[in-house]
Amino acid sequence: MSERLYVGTRKGLFTLDRIANGWNITNVDFLGEPASMFLQDPRDGRLYTSLTLGHFGVKLHRSNDRGKSWEECGVPAMPEGAEVPIMTMDGSPSPMKPASLSEIWALEAGGADQPDLLWAGTIPAGLYRSTDFGSSWQLVESLFHIEERMKWFGGGKDDAGIHTICVDPRDSQHVTVAISCGGVWETHDTGETWTLRGEGLRAEFMPPDLQFDPNIQDAHRLASSAADPDVMWVQHHNGIFHSTDGGHQFREIEDVKPSVFGFAVCAHPHDPQTAWFVPGVKDECRVPVDGQLVVTRTRDGGQTFESLRDGLPQEQCYDIVFRHGLDVDETGERLAMGSSTGGLWISEDEGDSWTCVSNILPQIYCVRFER
Amino acid sequence: MPRVTFTPNLKKHLDCPPSDMDGATVRETLDAVFAENTRLRGYILDDQSRLRKHVMVFIDNEAIKDRVQLTDVVTAESEVYVMQALSGG
Repeated sequence: MSERLYVGTRKGLFTLDRIANGWNITNVDFLGEPASMFLQDPRDGRLYTSLTLGHFGVKLHRSNDRGKSWEECGVPAMPEGAEVPIMTMDGSPSPMKPASLSEIWALEAGGADQPDLLWAGTIPAGLYRSTDFGSSWQLVESLFHIEERMKWFGGGKDDAGIHTICVDPRDSQHVTVAISCGGVWETHDTGETWTLRGEGLRAEFMPPDLQFDPNIQDAHRLASSAADPDVMWVQHHNGIFHSTDGGHQFREIEDVKPSVFGFAVCAHPHDPQTAWFVPGVKDECRVPVDGQLVVTRTRDGGQTFESLRDGLPQEQCYDIVFRHGLDVDETGERLAMGSSTGGLWISEDEGDSWTCVSNILPQIYCVRFER
Repeated sequence: MPRVTFTPNLKKHLDCPPSDMDGATVRETLDAVFAENTRLRGYILDDQSRLRKHVMVFIDNEAIKDRVQLTDVVTAESEVYVMQALSGG
């Protein structure tokens, strides 16, 4: 089981270690800065922290010594002259605006057989690769210049963004990315060519003829099971969706109490039938249902769900867990959950019970166990 | 030669002491600074080479007007201040 947790917050990167009587904050890096995304590369132990500085832009820092020291490296850049569409809801041609990096929204390691490869997903929606430990980044032009990009739009953010990058553990060249709002895309050649997937995803918030258009779906987060990567779960703006064929076809799961709305999802690394979600009240309300924070878990591939609430606040709670605020360790036993209002909970029994580590942290953007 | 001074708020990210640089416009003057301090460029300009939204530049106490092309004129006696806007915090 993982003994270390990294928590990216509005005011820095927090490191927590498991000690005899629980989890303790043992270090704070980048105090005062928004640490919006984090990666610990399981292949070499390097750490990467993305800072979204309010005045001075996006910066990426790398540690080669498990967080003892950090150095600034490169960041993805939008191509010179690149533009992104400004969404129109009436079908008129979208006006354009210059594209400029506003956030690194996803950081993932390549496969075990690609020791130099890192992936980054950005807002505006761009997918980038680095083969020099983040010193420089190259845009995946094939996805950026795809015709369908002109119909993507922002979900919660001003511009569309790539928040999920799933590298298939069976075949590192097979990568699936999810975009808010731009659907689910798949490559089998490390990004040379792309296919739009996600049949069955439904966007109730769109005009009737566009509700099943795979290209405009707002998959808030996508998770696949390492035990069976063809099993994919999507926590969508519209609800919960399940696929057993690598995201080609999804089935909507509509009857989940207390709500199907949410942002985060994690898949069990050893049991493809098990996944966790953190529900809330849709759409812009975004608070726990009835002021009670719960985690919903399925153990039967989405046939049934249980609400897990032991140790979680059950009255007057307004914590929301966003896309990257839920993580499961490589055993599937430990989960961590961080909220929009600085609540941090850890479970060591697959979600059956939770312990509050703190409820006074800064806003939490991402939680990730050491692997 | 115009003197360029940067907000002290940048010091926690990187060194950028005041410097005297040749240049007839804001763009030319800043490019001269960036030539000697390459990391600084990404803190002041975005990836389309425009002034970042929450960064302000003053020439002799006047905020510059062209934040995209950075064509405002700089003279040899100018004091250029690159400051952090109060927005964006």
